[in-house]
Amino acid sequence: MSALTVSDEQAASTKAKVIQPAWVRALHWTNAFAMVLMIMSGWQIYNASPLFDFRFSSSITLGGWLGGALLWHFAAMWLLMVNGLIYLTVGLATGRFRKKLLPITPEGVISDTKAALTGKLSHADLTKYNQVQKLLYAGVIVVGILIVLSGLAIWKPVQLQYLTALFGGYEAARYVHFFCMAAIVAFIVVHVVLALLVPKSLRAMIIGR
Amino acid sequence: MGRMRNLLIPGVDKTLLVRDAVKTMPDLTRRRFISGGASLGALTLLTGCDVTDSFSAEEMLKQVSKFNDGVQAFMFNPNAMAPTFPESAITKPFPFNAYYDLEDAPTVDGKSWKLEVSGLVENKKSWTLEELYQLPQVKQVTRHICVEGWSAIGSWTGVPLRDFLKLVGADTRAKYVWFQCADKDGYNSPLDMQSALHAQTQMTFKFGDEILPRAYGFPMKIRVPTKLGFKNPKYVISMEVTNDYKGGFWEDQGYNSFSGS
Repeated sequence: MSALTVSDEQAASTKAKVIQPAWVRALHWTNAFAMVLMIMSGWQIYNASPLFDFRFSSSITLGGWLGGALLWHFAAMWLLMVNGLIYLTVGLATGRFRKKLLPITPEGVISDTKAALTGKLSHADLTKYNQVQKLLYAGVIVVGILIVLSGLAIWKPVQLQYLTALFGGYEAARYVHFFCMAAIVAFIVVHVVLALLVPKSLRAMIIGR
Repeated sequence: MGRMRNLLIPGVDKTLLVRDAVKTMPDLTRRRFISGGASLGALTLLTGCDVTDSFSAEEMLKQVSKFNDGVQAFMFNPNAMAPTFPESAITKPFPFNAYYDLEDAPTVDGKSWKLEVSGLVENKKSWTLEELYQLPQVKQVTRHICVEGWSAIGSWTGVPLRDFLKLVGADTRAKYVWFQCADKDGYNSPLDMQSALHAQTQMTFKFGDEILPRAYGFPMKIRVPTKLGFKNPKYVISMEVTNDYKGGFWEDQGYNSFSGS
């Protein structure tokens, strides 16, 4: 009986302190895993017919050759898409997106960027995102949607030809897909650096508090 | 890659895996194994295989690829036409592409060449090029999309494959039309029946209004604008209507078999 009482108390105190709920954490790390697979196999696929005058080093690609990379890419895409759809659905249904990511104002973004660059941005309350965070998190969600749609446009330029046309045709969709990848990689770099600079935010994404 | 390896078997805790493995060892080995640093790394050394290229990862990817075949067959709309383009959009020069150089491309003698027709068809007669040229042809200007990512627009003229299949009395309930080619090392590729019956799928005899040049597959190519380039075999010498999945040159090496666009 006493054990039960204690766990109830613990539960109550835990609930108050939760910064990242379990579903956010689970979806976040699943997404991170799927993203890494998609990006590394995507680089190998890019290498088969580069859009620009460079190739990705084989030490950072996945799949070994084009065929292997395609297998990884078209397997991990299911994980990415299903996980992403759950995230979007729950995020919209629970109002989390609205509560956490809105509103975003230009003035707010500018003043918070200044504060961040001069080291004056407060991280006292991790449950509230600053304007730069809001912009980046909302932005990467939009880019995430775009990279999936442009990927579908490249994968199915006949069956989904209206989608492909929306991106300006097959060749244009390849560039959109590439630049979305570049934006996501840039986001990941900033995101990881900042998470390491504010370790309690990383802890919150792992254990919730 | 060390971190990747840890993540590669979803739902399997590596510590538990190692603990279970250790349990099955005789006492002495167990002690040595543990003192030698028990880890998943050590395990992979013992078994001599890396998870990334091990049987299980490969098998999982193959299964997903098969699942993707099904998804694509389900998505395939027989009435959806590949977009067509004006002649001015044709890519010049249209790229030659194969797993060998142009000089190694097969040189087929059009006079002695015959298209062999076999399998689930009523009429198994072989066709000469002259006979095939007599059949009504249509032209299409469509985009050829390579599995590598690049694309090029070309003009192909030939006999709709579905007209020919009807002509030879093919059982169109069969699963595949399997093509064999004259390429060195033998090229072949299976085409699922619903794609074979698509209105734009063509036995191609002309490129850009000229007799199909050697580079593009003389004397006959199968043009499938709803598929990636490698599903468009060149230098075709035979077609077989079959229910058996007979594999293909690239399909056997891991390219997704349906590869629809």
